[in-house]
This record gives sequence, C-alpha cells and structure tokens, in this order.
Amino acid sequence: MSVNRFLLCLCLLAPSPALAQGFAGLGTEADGFAVPVPDVPLTFPMDHGPHPDFRIEWWYLTANLEDELGQSYGIQWTLFRSALAPGEAEGWQSPQIWMGHAGLTSATEHFSAERLARGGIGQAGVTLAPFQAWIDDWQMSGQEDLSQLTLTAKGDAFSYSLEAQAEGPLVLQGAQGYSVKSPEGQASYYYSQPNYRIAGRLTLPSGPVTVSGDGWLDREWSSQPLSENQSGWDWFSLRFDSGEKLMGFVLRGANGAKDFRSGTWISATGEVTPLPPGAFQAVPLAQAEVAGRKIPVRWELRLPEKDVFLIVEALNPQSWMDVTFAYWEGPVAVSGSHRGTGYLEMTGYE
Amino acid sequence: MVLTVSDVTKTLPQSGLERPILDRVSLHLEAGKSLALTGESGSGKSTLLHLVGALDGFDSGEIRVDGTSLSVLDDSGRAALRRSSISIVFQQFNLIPSLNVSANISLQAKLAKRYDPDWEDQLAQRLGLAQLLARYPEQLSGGQQQRVAIARSLAMRPKLLLADEPTGSLDEETGNAVLALMLDLVAESNTALFLVTHSPTIASALDRRLHLSTGGLT
Amino acid sequence: MTGVALRALLSHWRQHRFQLAALIVGLALATALWVAVQAINAEAKASYAKAEGFVQEFDRKSLVSTDKPLTVADYVALKREGWPLSPVLEGRLKIENQWIDLVGFDFLTFPPVPTISAPGAQAPDGAFLISLLRPPGGLILNPQTAADLAISKQGLAIHLSDAVPLGSGIADISLVSRLLGKPDSLTRLIYLGPDPPETKTLGQLPDHIRFSSANSAAIEPSALTESFHLNLTAFGFLSFVVGLFIVQGTIGLAMEQRRGLFRTLRCLGLPFRNLVLALVVEISIIALISGLIGLIIGYFLAAALLPGVAVTLSGLYGAEIENTLSLRLAWVLSGLAMTLLGASIASSYGFVSLWHLPILQAPSTRARGQQVLRNFNGWALLGAGLLGLGVLSLLFLGGLSGGFVFLGCIMLGTALLLPYFLWHILRAGQSATRHPLGHWLWADARAQLPGLSLALMALMLALATNIGVGTMVSSFRLTFSDWLDQRLASELYVTARDDAQGEAIQQWLEEKGLRVLPIRSRVLQQPSGQITIYGVRDDPTYRDNWPMIDVLPDAWDLLAQGQGILISEQLARRQNINLDETLSLPEGWPHRVLGIYSDYGNPHGQAIVSMPQLLRNAPQAENQRFGVRLDPDHIPVLTNALREAFDLTNENVTDQGQVKEASKQVFDQTFRVTDSLKLLTLGVASFAIFTSLATLWSQRLPQLGPVWAMGVSRQALAQIDVLRSLLMAGLTALLALPLGLVLSWALLVVINTEAFGWRLPIHLFPLDWLWLVSLSLLAALLAAILPAWRLFRLHPSALLKVFSSER
Repeated sequence: MSVNRFLLCLCLLAPSPALAQGFAGLGTEADGFAVPVPDVPLTFPMDHGPHPDFRIEWWYLTANLEDELGQSYGIQWTLFRSALAPGEAEGWQSPQIWMGHAGLTSATEHFSAERLARGGIGQAGVTLAPFQAWIDDWQMSGQEDLSQLTLTAKGDAFSYSLEAQAEGPLVLQGAQGYSVKSPEGQASYYYSQPNYRIAGRLTLPSGPVTVSGDGWLDREWSSQPLSENQSGWDWFSLRFDSGEKLMGFVLRGANGAKDFRSGTWISATGEVTPLPPGAFQAVPLAQAEVAGRKIPVRWELRLPEKDVFLIVEALNPQSWMDVTFAYWEGPVAVSGSHRGTGYLEMTGYE
Repeated sequence: MVLTVSDVTKTLPQSGLERPILDRVSLHLEAGKSLALTGESGSGKSTLLHLVGALDGFDSGEIRVDGTSLSVLDDSGRAALRRSSISIVFQQFNLIPSLNVSANISLQAKLAKRYDPDWEDQLAQRLGLAQLLARYPEQLSGGQQQRVAIARSLAMRPKLLLADEPTGSLDEETGNAVLALMLDLVAESNTALFLVTHSPTIASALDRRLHLSTGGLT
Repeated sequence: MTGVALRALLSHWRQHRFQLAALIVGLALATALWVAVQAINAEAKASYAKAEGFVQEFDRKSLVSTDKPLTVADYVALKREGWPLSPVLEGRLKIENQWIDLVGFDFLTFPPVPTISAPGAQAPDGAFLISLLRPPGGLILNPQTAADLAISKQGLAIHLSDAVPLGSGIADISLVSRLLGKPDSLTRLIYLGPDPPETKTLGQLPDHIRFSSANSAAIEPSALTESFHLNLTAFGFLSFVVGLFIVQGTIGLAMEQRRGLFRTLRCLGLPFRNLVLALVVEISIIALISGLIGLIIGYFLAAALLPGVAVTLSGLYGAEIENTLSLRLAWVLSGLAMTLLGASIASSYGFVSLWHLPILQAPSTRARGQQVLRNFNGWALLGAGLLGLGVLSLLFLGGLSGGFVFLGCIMLGTALLLPYFLWHILRAGQSATRHPLGHWLWADARAQLPGLSLALMALMLALATNIGVGTMVSSFRLTFSDWLDQRLASELYVTARDDAQGEAIQQWLEEKGLRVLPIRSRVLQQPSGQITIYGVRDDPTYRDNWPMIDVLPDAWDLLAQGQGILISEQLARRQNINLDETLSLPEGWPHRVLGIYSDYGNPHGQAIVSMPQLLRNAPQAENQRFGVRLDPDHIPVLTNALREAFDLTNENVTDQGQVKEASKQVFDQTFRVTDSLKLLTLGVASFAIFTSLATLWSQRLPQLGPVWAMGVSRQALAQIDVLRSLLMAGLTALLALPLGLVLSWALLVVINTEAFGWRLPIHLFPLDWLWLVSLSLLAALLAAILPAWRLFRLHPSALLKVFSSER
C-alpha cells in the first residue's frame, strides 16, 4: 500500500465508504463533530489555538518574497489538524493527527516537504501563551496575538527560517468569521492575517538566499467545509500595490452542481467587505501539464462592481506540492487593473 | 489287499460343463504286486493315480488303501495316510530344491518316523547315489534326479508306491535302467506298485495291466 | 515393431495384476514419502524466507536505549530535533492461553503495512488503515495464527495477511500500547534517514541512546534448522530406498517370468535393442503413473505431517512455519524425477540380467544355490567396504556432513551384509536341527532368501532407524527430565503482575520465613546472537541442583562475589569458550566463565551472574517472577493464600509439577513427527516383505507340492510358512539391533552435538527394543498371513498341477 493511498484515506474522516467525492475527503458528514454556526463571535487569542471538537483545522502561511537581486520566491508553511474522532486523549490514544506541509518556490524550482504526527505525545500541536505551532522540528511560534512569528521548516533539499511581523489587524472572513462554502450552507470559521512583513533566509541546493516580502496567514476550522457536490477549489489571496487585498475562491461543483464562488475585499485601510454571491469571477486562460494532469496556471479574475479586472499568472507553473494529497500551490503575479503578488492554491484536479 | 477301488466316479469342471473324467472305475492290487495303468492322454489315468494317492477327493464310490477308506478322511487324515503308507514318484521328479540328495531321500521316512539309515544306505548304493548324497537337485542330471525320487519313495517302506510316468522325462536307455531298478526294489520290499504310463513296453514289464479309455476300464 | 513388442510385454500385466499393483504401490509409496518430505522442507523453507524477508523489511537500523527503558518522551525529543524516526513498541500478550508477539508501528510515520488479504476487501485500503488507527483498532495476523486464536471477543478487528510471521501480530502503536498497558515506553526507533547517519548528527544523540545494528535480534532459523531438514530428507530418502527394494524385486520377477516371451519375441525377429527400448517405455509408463499417484499420496501425507513438523521446529528451534501446504513446482518435479530415476535404478538389475543370461534358457524356478551365495558374498564385500568408508569419513571428514556420510555408509553397508549373515545363520540352523520338517524349514528359508533379501534389508534399515531415532529421543527425554528436576528445584513459582506487586509478594513470602529466589533477567543483543543473563541469589538451591557440565571448584563462591559468570552449553559451544576463559560482554558485566551448565531446548544463549551484578548492570530488570522453597506438603495452602492475598490467577502461581508436566508435553509434541515417520518406514518395510512373499508365491508351489504329497497337510504348510517369515524377520531384527545402537551413538554423539549444540548421554531402552522386535514380528506376520491363508485354502488341484507333465 502506498503512502499516498493510505493518507488519502487518513482524511476520509468517516468510516462510511460513500465519501469518495471531495478533495481530501473534506465533503463529508459531520459525524459527531462540532459544526460551525453563524453569529458566534470569534475570541482571541483562544481561537488561535486548536479546536479538537472540529474535524479539520489549519494554520496556513504563505509569503511572496524577493532576494536582493529582485528574484521572486514564494514559501508556504502549513500545519493541518485532522481528527479521527472529536476531542483529545492522552498519549498514543489521541485521535488527533497532524500534518505539516512546507513549500518553497522560485521561478525555476519548486520544493515541497511533509511531516506527519499524532497528537497526544507532543510530537506536533499548537499551544498558546506563547503561541507555538509545531510538528517535529518545524515551528511557527511567537506572540500570542500572532503579531510576530518565527517560521522554520525543512525538507530534503531546502529549508527556511523567517521572521514575520504583522502590520495590520486580523481579517474576519465571511460573516464575522463564519464563511459559507456551499449553497447548501456548509461553512467554516475563517479568519486571516494578510499583513505580515517577512524577512529571513531561504536555503536552496544552490546556497542560502536572504529574502524579504509579504506574508498572509489563514486560519480555518470546520467539520465539513465542502458539499458532497464539490470536487475541489481554486483559492486566491492577492495583495495589490495599491495596498488593497483580495481573497477569493471558487468551489467547483461536481455532479452537475454549480460552482460556488465567494471572496473578501480588503481596502488599503483594512476595511473588510464580504463579496456578494457571484460577484467574484474566475476564468482559466491557460493550462499547464503538471504532474500528469492539466492545471490552469493563468487566470482572468473579475470583480465588476469594483472595476477589477486581473490577469493572474503563476511564477512557476510547476508549483506542485508532491505530498500525500498532492495539490498546486504557488506564488502568482498579478497584472491588469491592479498590479501585485499573491498565492494561488488549486485542489481536486485529477 | 493293499488297494481297492470300487465304483469311483470323479467329475472335473471343464469349460463350465461337469464332465465325468472317471466313471465308476473299480480295481484292486495286492501287496508285492504291480499294476500298470495305460490310456490315452486325457483319459484320466493321472487323476485316478491322484485319487489313489489321497491327493484329491472324488464324488462317489470307495477307495481303500491298506484297509483305510479314503472317503471318511479329512484333509489331515489323508495327509497322515500319505505320510505313513503311500509314496509317489512323479514324471518331473519333484525333488525339494532346497535340500540336498541325502535330505531329500530321508525326508519322508523321517516324517513317517520310519527312518532307517541302513536301508537308506542300501538304497543309495543300489541306485548309484552314494557319491551324490551331498549334492543339490539342481546339480544332478534327469536320470540321477529320478533315481533320487525312487530312493526317496522307497526309503519309508511304503505299503503302496505310486508312479506317474516315472520315465517320461528321461531318454529311453536311462528310463529302462531306472525302471528295472525300481521294479527290483519294489519286488524286494514287498511293496505294491501302481504305475501310470502310456507306454505298452513299460506296462508289459508289470504283473498286471489295465487300460483306461474315456472314463472306463477295459 | 517396438510398439507391437510393447503390447506383447504389457499383456503380461493383465495376467499378473497383483504384480503390477505391487510395482505401482511400491513406486508410489517411495515417491509419496520422498515427495512428502520434500514438500515439508519446501514449505518450511518458504516460511523461513518469508520470516526473514519480513524481519529485513521491518528490522531496519534502529535506535535503542542502552540502560534505561526507551520512552515516548525520548522519541518526541529526538523527533523535535529533526531525527527521521518511527517508533516501535513490541511485547508479548497472552490471548486465550497463547502468547502472541505484538509489534506496534506508528503507521503515520512508517507506513509499509503488510498487504492485507482481508475478506471482502472492497472497502478502500485507506479506510482500512483509518480503521487500524481509530479505536477499537485492528490487528493484522497471519491467517494461521488467527485460526489458532479466538481474539474476536477483545473487540478488535482481525485482518489477515500472509506477510505477517506466525505467532506475531502487527497493529498500530496506539492499539499495542493499549493492549500491553505501556503508554510511555517504546522498544526501538526505526531510523529512516540516510544510511549511514552522519557522524556529526550521531554526536548529538543523548548518552543512553545508540544505534543497534540491524538484524541483531533476529535468530537465523535457516542455519539452525538445516540439520532438522537434513534429518527429514534422510528419512525420506531411506523410505524411498525401501520403496525401491519393493520395486526391484517385482521388476526382477516380471523379467524372469517373461523370459519365455522375450525368447519368442527374439525368435520372431525383434532385435535386442528394440526389446530393451520396449521395456524402457513400459517401465517409464508405469513409473509415471506411479509417480502421479505418489504425488497425490505424498501431498496428503505432507499435509498430515506438517502440523507436527511445525510443532517440532517451533519447539526445538523457535522457528515458526506455516502448517498449510501449497503445491510447489520444485517438489512436484523432484518427486517425478525421483520416481523415474528410482524405477530405472530398480530395473537396471533386471536389464543387466537380461543382457547376461542366455535368452533361450527356459524360465527357472530353481534356487540357484551357488550363484546366490556368490552374489551374497559380493554384496557382503561391498558392504564391508562401505563400513570402512563410513569410519574414514567420521575420522577425517568430521562435522555434521561427516556424521551423515558415516550414517549413510553404515546403514547401506550393514544392509548389504545382511543376506550374507542370514545365509550363514540359516545354514547353521539347518545343520543343528534334527527334526525333518524343522530341517526343511531352515533349508526352505534359505532358498527363499534371494527373493526376500531386499525386503529384509528394508526391514532392517527401518528397524535400525527406529532403534536409533528412538534411542535418541528417549535419551533426550530422560536427560531432559532429569535436567528439569535439577532446573526446577523450587517447589512453587509465582508471577506478579508488575514490579510493585512483585516486591510486595517477595516481602510477604519472606515474612513467612520462606526462601524466595527471584528470577530476574536482562536480554542482551550481542553480535553473536541473543543472550539472556539471569541474576541468582546465593542459595543452596542453585549450589545443590544446578545441572553443571563443567565447573570450577569454587564457582558458586566466586559467582556470589561477582567474580564471574556461568554460561549455558550452547553459548559455550557457539562461542567456543572453555572453563575459566572469558565471555565478551558489554562493559560492566563479569566475564570470567566459572562454569558451563546444560540448557536443553533453548536456541538462544543463556548465562548466570549474581543478583547484585545483574542489578548493577540492569537496574530495571523486571522483578515479577519468583521461585519459592517450601515443604511440598504446604504447597496447596500457600498457593491459596498467595492467590487470595494478591488476587493472582491460577497461572500466576504454579507448582513445580505443573511446570514439568507442561515442559514434557511440549517435548513430546516436538517429537511426534519422528514417531510418525518411524511407523511409516516400518509400514513400508512390512509392505516390502508382503510384496516379496506375494511375488514369490508362484515359485513356492513347486517347492511345497512334493512336501505336501509326502503327507504334510496344507494347514501345516501354511503354519510353517508363517513361522518361516517370523524366523526371517526375527533374525533380521536381531541383526538390526547393533546397527540401531551404532546409529543412536552417531545421532546422539556426533549429529546432535553438531546440530543442536549440546551433547547427550546415551541411555539404553531394552524394553523399546523388545517392542520393536515384536512390532517387526507383527509386520512379518501380517505380511505372511495372506499368502499362508491362500496356501491353506488352496485347492489340491492347484498343487497337483505341479506334478502334471504338461506344465
């Protein structure tokens, strides 16, 4: 049995075999787990920590970086939590499974790495006061309010060590952090910190590189974010030279269902506007052959009511995260009505 | 009377049919006398010899050997009678291959508890076997083997000596010599001889002759 | 032309159906035993290969803790330093009276899960793995282990996989830690990084953690069990040879009887070459048919014997094999090849005689006395030569192979001498007997000898093997039993649930004024293999009873002072250590060898140090088992008191008698296969006698006819026939006895020492011999009774045919 098949099912979180749809099994029944409900205010710093009663959760940081020569890079640092059952237990009996992903992308190279661990024994987890998220020797730690973070991760051929300083407030996505993910009402709790200034060092096979740039942290937890009629998503986090930011996603419908699109507009001063249904439009323009499948690496995005018209293009079309649930994740350059950088994540392409 | 045969009938199953091979046969033989039985091949003369020798059973009639009626004897009774009173010389000699000449000669005498070393010596001398006593049958010629068979049959001093074509396997000269010796010894030991042969010449050397043709005596 | 000749030749068998049956049964039996043994060997070897493959897959380079138990905290600390590791927790669990070796892996970090042959395996593989990770969890077992256990009531899902070794269970570490009640400890950490690890990183390891070389823990079953399989093969080969004896006699007779037919065919213009060709084709057809029948019988025989073999191997060597049999091309082909080879060997004598004897000579039914004796003399000479060769191989070749060559030469050589000896004994008997029928009986027996000699050789070999193996096993059993008496000197054995209870029990017992002998040990993985080191208190129990083979005069005093170590015979032989030499052990352990003691049936090395020495080097050694010295009359009372005071189960408090009984039971099970094989070879030998007598039947009548005509009844003849068979078998048995004893000596002193690593004293068991002689007489009786019955019931007309001139 391959590692891949095994872990694919690791996240098949319910024992019923009828869960084949949905990337990483995210489209499943709640099965005893807590379910996000609207109008529950998020409380910080508590909600920076884990929510073991929910099935899945992640701490997801991406950054667009440049070295002294102006070469672009992107990094990703993610800690996923996935529960076999709600709650926590001692030692090996813990139902919590942790998965770390790290990525490093340049225009010509892309590296990915993965770590797996079980909760309960201290090999991975997230704690507050001070904030610490870790798996094995990867760390994201710092202030309890996430205003300052230190990031480390390494794979077989790369590593990075970065400092992040928040330069703005947290952004609550959707309705005060309640983010609807399908017409049927599937939802997650979702907030972001899109305002990090990042500096530090990347280590590549060719040697160390000093870099600086901007980072974006997403925090999301849920028990059932995908509808059974959704096969994957295209998720954009874009940062414009104007200081404005856009988070938008398309949950692609399967079995004849319609795509579900949503997003948030963040003004240069930090005002957050959830986008009305259908406002955000994304059309693939060009595909690349990546890991044996066709993946759109050039997009046209429109937000007509804000007069936004964007061309989004991958820095490196081969930003393939070759991990257990492989997916595409990499830095993008934005042109059109606004110029800027950002990150694109695409899942569920077979 | 050493041997009396009265009205003996014997049928043999042949090709599924019951065919009488001997049909109400009668004869008799006194001590010291010899009787030649001649007949065609298949006339039943060997069968009659086997009946007289208590080797086989018969259907009806009566056979008495030395006063004992055969029809009342069971298997072991017949064996006992053979052991004590009857000896047989066969055409094929039928010596015991695993025993040497001496042991062959003495075996029946010893079985009958009538072993007499002097008599055995005498027989060996008379039959020209004295030099051959330690040999095994396979080392002897046909004539020698038949002389051993004769010595064996006389060593126990039987009341009745049966011979079935005793010279049939020997050439004429040897056969005649062996026959002459046998007749001499029979006469000297007062034994009754019942001899089956197809040869009129041999038959003519005996006291009486009977001819058997398809079941009946003439 | 050959085809016509072949049809003519084959017509013979229509008239001699029994002969054909004997030929086929003989070849089939020979093939069956050979194939059975080969099949068992092949199965066992496949099991070893699988076990070793498994061990290689999972027993990668690992980190272990040297002097204190490895903890989960150690693991996490190393992981957080970036060490690429995966934890393993191993332990034994008793389920339904059966121990199972549990291996817990962290499937998240080390996922080569064995391929599962789960029933209804349509569910996605991943869902299956999730089911292993979440409670109640699942245990992956070899199908056979699963069949032996009934674990369902534990609520675990049981999954079956052929890839899991017998007696082991694989599960997620969460389940194993739960089952073993060990939430915090680990056995080892599999190293997943580059091999070899960089020296720089090695320096960063905590002091108590170090690399253990891969495979050090694994015993090597293939090396240990080689001799057992050699033994089996020898048994199989012996049976094969015995089977060939049957065939040889039958083919010889068929050749003899068909000489008239050969003559006719030759006269009709068939060249000699074509005749031989036709005969070869004929034999090949018969051999192939018999071979196929033999394969089928052999398969079932092997299937029947395999569980016993499995018990033997696990009992003697700790090697686990599966007891389901699969058809393997190797032994199918080897079986058929052996049948063809065997048939050609068995018929070669017939062909040679066909070549040598004048073709126009009439069939002979006579005993060719002088010729036979010359043959016997020739065989005897060859036999004597083989005996000499055997002795030479023992002296100069030496070792296990020398021992086996010696065995082979002695057995074959003595078999060849048998007819010569029998001939002379029978002759002496004949000249000593006055009674006329007795005299004839001896002579007749001698005349039968050529036809029976091969069957008698077979009987002798079977008997000698029986005596040899029987003596070995019985000697072993007696020695083992004495040894148990010495080793199990304590009257009562107590097992506590944990160390704390162990301490409490010890105190409780000592307060009652009883002498308590703690049984504590530490297993060391050494480059040369595993050594279990026990610590003992200075107690007269050991001084008086311990089964020492070789010991220094003041050994126990020195041991008590911590000045040395006692080692087991196996360890001494394996490492070639003598008294007063040194055993290489890690720093801190004593190493002067003060004595060597016997430790039968243990594939691993064992040693004894004083208790303080053990505790100094292994302070964590479990303190849960005790021997208690007390008046045997007080055992029941104390047992009950212990059980009540500490809530112990029956199994936790056992008296000496129970332990001995259990040990002896294991022992007896271990040798059950040899018992089966012994009886089988004897059975085949008996069948050989039977077929020989039956094929001699037609030659018998001309010999019996004249005696019958002289007034010996058929009943008496039948009785004499049986008596003669008994006489021959009895004489053979007597001659087999010395051979059996030589065989015992070779097995015990030469083979055993080489194969097992311990030497056993020879004990003689005359009653067993008596039993065997009776058994062989019974075999002869059974073999003779049918021909005798046939003789008894024979119609006089059949005997009269002997005298008819028209034969």
